[in-house]
Amino acid sequence: MEEIKLMKGNEAVAIAAVRSGCDGYFGYPITPQSEILETLMAEKPWETTGMIVLQAESEVASINMVYGGASCGKRVMTSSSSPGISLMSEGLSYIAGAELPCVIVNVQRGGPGLGTIQPSQGDYFQAVKAAGHGDFDLIVLAPSSVQEMYDFVYDAFDLAFKYRNPVLILSDGAIGQMMEKVVIRPQTARKTNDEIIEECGSWAVTGKRGRTRNISTSVELDSVEQEKFNEKLQAKYKTIRETEVRFEEINCEDADFVIVAYGLCARISSKVMEMGREEGIKIGLLRPITLLPFPTERLNELSKRVKGFLVVEMNAGQMVQDVRLSVTTDVPVEHYGRMGGIIPAPSETFEALKRFINKLK
Amino acid sequence: MAKIKGVIIVDKERCKGCDVCVSSCPFGVLELSTMVNSKGYNYSQMVNEDCIGCANCAVMCPDSCITVYRQKQE
Amino acid sequence: MAGLKVEIKKENLVYKRTELLTDNTMHYCPGCSHGTINKLVAEVVAELGIEESTIGITPVGCSAFAYNYIDIDWIQAAHGRACAVASAVKRLHPEKMVFTYQGDGDLAAIGTGESIHACNRGENITIIYVNNATYGMTGGQMSPTTLMGMKTTTSPQGRDSSLHGYPFKIADMVAHLDGVSYVTRQSVHTAAATRKAKKALKKAFEKSLANKGVSFIEFVATCSSGWKMSPVASNKWLEDNMLQAYPVGDLKDI
Repeated sequence: MEEIKLMKGNEAVAIAAVRSGCDGYFGYPITPQSEILETLMAEKPWETTGMIVLQAESEVASINMVYGGASCGKRVMTSSSSPGISLMSEGLSYIAGAELPCVIVNVQRGGPGLGTIQPSQGDYFQAVKAAGHGDFDLIVLAPSSVQEMYDFVYDAFDLAFKYRNPVLILSDGAIGQMMEKVVIRPQTARKTNDEIIEECGSWAVTGKRGRTRNISTSVELDSVEQEKFNEKLQAKYKTIRETEVRFEEINCEDADFVIVAYGLCARISSKVMEMGREEGIKIGLLRPITLLPFPTERLNELSKRVKGFLVVEMNAGQMVQDVRLSVTTDVPVEHYGRMGGIIPAPSETFEALKRFINKLK
Repeated sequence: MAKIKGVIIVDKERCKGCDVCVSSCPFGVLELSTMVNSKGYNYSQMVNEDCIGCANCAVMCPDSCITVYRQKQE
Repeated sequence: MAGLKVEIKKENLVYKRTELLTDNTMHYCPGCSHGTINKLVAEVVAELGIEESTIGITPVGCSAFAYNYIDIDWIQAAHGRACAVASAVKRLHPEKMVFTYQGDGDLAAIGTGESIHACNRGENITIIYVNNATYGMTGGQMSPTTLMGMKTTTSPQGRDSSLHGYPFKIADMVAHLDGVSYVTRQSVHTAAATRKAKKALKKAFEKSLANKGVSFIEFVATCSSGWKMSPVASNKWLEDNMLQAYPVGDLKDI
């Protein structure tokens, strides 16, 4: 029988971490995601699965603890909200540069600066374009339900270890705080040290028993070698773009207009789609599940037969730029967004869509 | 009378000629050579037979290029 | 004593390069204290027989590349963050010997927060702190531990307290923290000091292996390139000046 629980998105992340066999969580409190650390501390997984949970002194320390744990081949993660993720930039770059697997959760709030504690999608650019210095890509997953907050922790660890790359779950304060029912999976055992050596022995720092030493590092002072490494990373990102794109499509088959939205905005937009269909406007919804890699090809295909795209975001217009880069036709791409922690209502979004459609007539 | 005698072997190629071993020797056994190794350093060498094998030079050597032997001489 | 010869054989061997040092030539400048301290770390790890269960964390700075010289598993950390990295590694591998190796720019400037908090949490690690009162790798800039009046590229008139504050005695500071069981300050500017320092380092490692909280060992060190002196003059200057501000000895041992 399925185990189903009513819980917050943030709690779902914590429970998923324990159940998926995570070895360590390192985090620092920040609204609206503190329930992740609180839930883990209340769950005491160190007494059950042996998972380590540590409240660090800062997000800078958290991400460097993750760097340390990931260097050991352990399944480790952290979470934060927007300002805290900014503090992690350097560490993310080191993790990408050392090719280490880990999971980061960003439960976004409005910015810039200290901004607001209300939900936002203002960190899209940060997540997909500029997570830190140097040429590197994260893999970015965007959950739009509490169930996905839970499931994507599993998916994120799988991807992280498949590609030895940091994976970001880009959520927001609304998904983190809202309560929904969640199907919980049975406990997965943590990997034993022997299993880690078996699977990650070529790179993981575990003590050099029975082999030559492993070094976890991102430094290479020889530019020729560094460029070779950069090329290797780019080849990996290309493979990721070719194999890991995920998106959900609703009613796009006959759609004249397609709304592109992820996370919370995708839920709002599905209501807008219903409102439009009731009025006889053929609206479809494309929800990117992976923001990086982005569903570029599918958007370009759709652009050859739809009349326009409306990109709905809780920001000033960020993902809309990737949609414009994806389409090679001259189909119009418009943005509708709210900022500052304001969640766009379906009614105002529908009005924005109708203005867009009328403009095209 | 028994006397302790020592000898050191310097890995000339590894030596950077920092002179620290020379100043650490209590008996003035070491000096930097006027010759240089392939990297251009004046390497350290024994210049007399007063070594007692105390290993001060080797303990101090930052590049670990000195091996020390000691033998009681009857 | 002419005519007497020392036979080159195992029974007569007094000192040789430890096998735990790799064949790589160290990139450190001639006479640099780092070389000697790297060697002590290698010797202690080898003597304790823990080379297969030791994980070292290097910093950013000259000693970032210590991993090229000591034949154990290493993690190279971001500037100042070695203690955070080590905290996670030790908690995930409680059976391993975990140590950091950091300079004053790394530990006592950019990484003060991570270092102090690892100490305060009582992580079962050894922190090796090499204080040469300068940023060596970047070319001899002032660090928090630069002595009063000392000239560096960023204090060309000499360190002035009204501009730059005072030499940071971070070992004294961490000695006050309950999570720390052993704090000692050592140097490698003479053979006697180096032998003493090695004993202290071994003790620090033994305490970490026995999970006694943080062992913090400061090495007062030279940077002859940064100080613009010969290595021998640097050792003398260290004795006359550095050891006045940073006197050697145990600060805490419980």
